[in-house]
Amino acid sequence: MNLVVYILRRLAISIPILFIGSFLVFCMVAAAGDPLGELRTQPGVSQEAIDQLSRQLGLDQGIVPRYFDWLGGFLTGDWGISIAQGSNMQPVFPKVMSAFEVTIQLILAAEIIAVLLGVAVGVLAAVKQYSPIDYIATTMAFIFFSMPIFCVAIVLKMYGIDLNVMITDMGWDSWLGNPFLKTTSPESLSGDGFFDSIINYIGGLLLPTLSIMFISFAAYSRFQRSSMLETMSMDYVRTAQAKGISQGRVIMRHAFRNALIPVTTLFSVNFVTVVTGAIITERVFAWNGMGSVLVEAVNKNDPNTLMGWIVVIAISVVIANLIADLVYGILDPRIRVG
Amino acid sequence: MADLNSIEAGSESGRDKNPDGSGAEALPEARSQGTMVLRKFLRHKLAMGSVVVLALIILASIIVPLFYPHSFADASFSSYVDPSGEHPLGTTQVGKDMMAQVLRGTQFSLLIAITVAFLTTVIGVVLGALAGYLGGFTDSAISRLTDLFLIVPSIAAAAIMVRVFDGSWYVVALVLAMFAWMPIARITRAEAMSLSQREFIEAARASGAGTGRVVFKHLVPNMVGTITVNATLAVAQAVLAEAALSFIGLGVQIPDTSLGLVISENYEQMQGRPWLFFGAFTVLVLISLTINFIGDGLRDAFDPRQRKVKA
Repeated sequence: MNLVVYILRRLAISIPILFIGSFLVFCMVAAAGDPLGELRTQPGVSQEAIDQLSRQLGLDQGIVPRYFDWLGGFLTGDWGISIAQGSNMQPVFPKVMSAFEVTIQLILAAEIIAVLLGVAVGVLAAVKQYSPIDYIATTMAFIFFSMPIFCVAIVLKMYGIDLNVMITDMGWDSWLGNPFLKTTSPESLSGDGFFDSIINYIGGLLLPTLSIMFISFAAYSRFQRSSMLETMSMDYVRTAQAKGISQGRVIMRHAFRNALIPVTTLFSVNFVTVVTGAIITERVFAWNGMGSVLVEAVNKNDPNTLMGWIVVIAISVVIANLIADLVYGILDPRIRVG
Repeated sequence: MADLNSIEAGSESGRDKNPDGSGAEALPEARSQGTMVLRKFLRHKLAMGSVVVLALIILASIIVPLFYPHSFADASFSSYVDPSGEHPLGTTQVGKDMMAQVLRGTQFSLLIAITVAFLTTVIGVVLGALAGYLGGFTDSAISRLTDLFLIVPSIAAAAIMVRVFDGSWYVVALVLAMFAWMPIARITRAEAMSLSQREFIEAARASGAGTGRVVFKHLVPNMVGTITVNATLAVAQAVLAEAALSFIGLGVQIPDTSLGLVISENYEQMQGRPWLFFGAFTVLVLISLTINFIGDGLRDAFDPRQRKVKA
């Protein structure tokens, strides 16, 4: 019960921030220019049609009533229409949501692998400090941490294409599919039958997931390493060792769990970075996720889509922070919520 | 991700004569903190190597264009010429010399990154120090402002702002700085909070110093280590952030350019003509990597404890 109250209270605190934030962004979007500018210069578009669209977008009103119109619609699931050319006045809600689904799918797979692998490598590097494992892990983390995510994606795409050629040369494409590793957006991730579906799923997601994973992995492993080193120097760890408990048990039962606590904060700090990374990775692999929606919306000056996009990401940031805090509470009984 | 680096235990150099880190070192002569930090930093091989590499990149990006025969704007060459003595990195589709593009892109990327780092540090330190020192209403207001900027997706906000103004380098720099000061503000706030409990701050206040004087004459100089380290790392973050924004085409626009834009325009040729991609790519990664190493070296140098952790 306390937990529910805590969650509700946390969400309630973020509502004013979301409110002010969305208003500021709304003003920014409005300042970005006339969304119908392109339409106005086109021949054959009647003035009535433009006026009607202008009314529909609320452009004839001031910024404040327009914002509250938008907010009212937003809260009831009517996020307005997209005016980008070729979108045929498509409603924004399904457009942004289906793109978000694509992006979240990428992020989830990548983050799960990154956390597990990063924590494992970080612990290993800390326990075997200054060993070859530590040096390799540190070097790799530094390189990936310093690499722009699109470069990782581009290099992976390049090797992916080479690998596909190799697979075809070996004649494995008959069962792995041709191309096995999709370097552009896969039409569908399912296949005929169980085996085919798995192959398709892996082939379709592998390269973009790896791109996002590597960058996150670097952060998690560095963070886990330093946190683990710090925990291993604590008095209670020495006490446990002095009592004759085996080193493996000391590491797992006494140090590891406590060393995980700071890492959960990284999850929330990292979340925006990962979303940004996913957007850029999608561009390299030509996926139709949040990345392409954003680029199109900015270039076409499409206010409703931009607002929907930004608020969806902002809300997911709030939720990610909440999840991190809840996990924090589970790991550290001293600050258990409620 | 900026706070990430700052929390990492930096103990890689571990060459301190004073392994337990108790300040009671028997020194033959008195050394100022600055001298000690400098000495430690100079002994950090990786960081010093990085300084040399970074200095070479910066010098090359300034000096080479003075002697280099082709201009970045000259698009009169044939399309896709292979690398040769005439065009060390070949030419692009529209017939521009790639080497000139990389040099020009490096100049702009560095210029933007340094501007962003400077602005984020100033904004972050001022807001963080005031929030941490004053507490109360100021603290809540600044903290809520930080939260606000943290939930707005910076890539979208920056893209819209570039659209509002234009894609020249200083607009991109200003906009990136606007959405990147929060981690530094948080770190500074935490440190200012703990420092303002100390006696020397109380003494300064007791002798009649006003808020401005206490914060900028007593508080900030005592955080110089944290500030320097984070400012350095902010440069690396800014290089990557700018590259990402320009890569998706929403950052710097021609006639200004940047490494991200150069990569974005040419990476699709990576299969057949890798030189069009790897030139800019290598410089970009080297800049970011060396700055991260320098930041790491600075952190070690400023850390009076020089933690040596037994495993």
